[in-house]
Amino acid sequence: MAETTEFELVSPDRLLVSEAVEMVVVPGLEGDFGVLPRHAPMLSTVRPGVIDIHEGGQVKTRLFVAGGFAEVTEDRCTVLAEEAFTLDDVAPDAANERLRSARDDVAEAGDAFAKARAEKAVSVAEALVAAVSR
Amino acid sequence: MPSLKDLRSRISSVKSTRKITSAMKMVAASRLRKAQEAAESSRPFAERMDRMLGTLAGSVVGLPGAPRLLAGTGETQRHLLVVVSSNRGLCGGLNSNIARNARVLIRELQADGKDVQILCVGRKARDLLKRDHQKLIIDTFEDWGRRTVSYGEAEQVAQRVLDMFDDDQFDVCTLIYNRFRSAISQIPTRQQLIPFPVPSGANDNEADTAGGEPAAIYEFEPSEEGILADLLPLNVKTQVFRAMTENYASEQGARMTAMDNATRNAGDMLGDLTLQYNRTRQAMITKELIEIISGAEAL
Repeated sequence: MAETTEFELVSPDRLLVSEAVEMVVVPGLEGDFGVLPRHAPMLSTVRPGVIDIHEGGQVKTRLFVAGGFAEVTEDRCTVLAEEAFTLDDVAPDAANERLRSARDDVAEAGDAFAKARAEKAVSVAEALVAAVSR
Repeated sequence: MPSLKDLRSRISSVKSTRKITSAMKMVAASRLRKAQEAAESSRPFAERMDRMLGTLAGSVVGLPGAPRLLAGTGETQRHLLVVVSSNRGLCGGLNSNIARNARVLIRELQADGKDVQILCVGRKARDLLKRDHQKLIIDTFEDWGRRTVSYGEAEQVAQRVLDMFDDDQFDVCTLIYNRFRSAISQIPTRQQLIPFPVPSGANDNEADTAGGEPAAIYEFEPSEEGILADLLPLNVKTQVFRAMTENYASEQGARMTAMDNATRNAGDMLGDLTLQYNRTRQAMITKELIEIISGAEAL
């Protein structure tokens, strides 16, 4: 078996994934990056998008994250996400619905904070729609 | 001596109280299980967050450009206390413990000549603190934790704290909440939220480096400051979320214990009352018999 790295995906309410993987591709703020064993240590911001877990040259699992942080060391990759779930759980309709309601929220937002929050939700929903339709 | 009628009505009222408390106990027990799971599953995130921040903070702290959430405002004059309590009562001494803890801290701070403000999360904290410190309470969050605590609800509280900090309304923020240990033990806990308390582990890292064992040197994307600027507010949110989930689990645990006691007390009381009722009834029957007999004898 090929060398593996410990991958962990944690959201505030649970530990989503904790397993040894061959490669994982994380959507960094400045572009996607793949993490293989013995990767140079780094910390990165994660934009809303899809994390792919690869095994034997194939994508094994696709997970959606709504932004967060990734910590990579030689033998470990930890992603802290504000929200995360597997893409299999999402129907395209649900994603579109989410985008629509997020856009409605932007239109209805009263104060600046609500607006900023709603706009963030829109960008997350857009990423989700893109991820689902891919 | 209460009449039979009084006794009967007391017995029926105690009975219905017992029904209510035992139902509440069962509700609390089932929520407790979920709340406990939630509290426990929010721990990994907080732990990894601490590890990441420790790594980062160790390298940035002390630098002139360090973010204010990390370095503080350079003063400790104005304190903000975020007091987390439950929204509902009937959960034993949980909320009064928190309120007592908060009062002690307020008194200490005021004795040192500091300014104190209070942000209440949960209705009970406000109810208990407003008698002594009405003027210090700036706001209360009530509408949360109906079934479970959601991250969004915690985010609102945290955002308020962050906005106030950006607005330069306080220097130090402390979170007071009940840490869940078990259904019968909840520990009032104080935790400094802002500025971020740099863990001693960060210094150990430097010591390691000095000792010839090179600590991992991280690359940062986009930049150290950029990450910190995002990570620190997220940390505040996470800590608030954790405090609220822990407190919610504590609330359910405390309520379960309190309601268990109440149910048992009601049962004991019911036994006593029933005994008294039967005695009184027997005494009345005997009395009536005696009256009839002595009336018959007198003829």
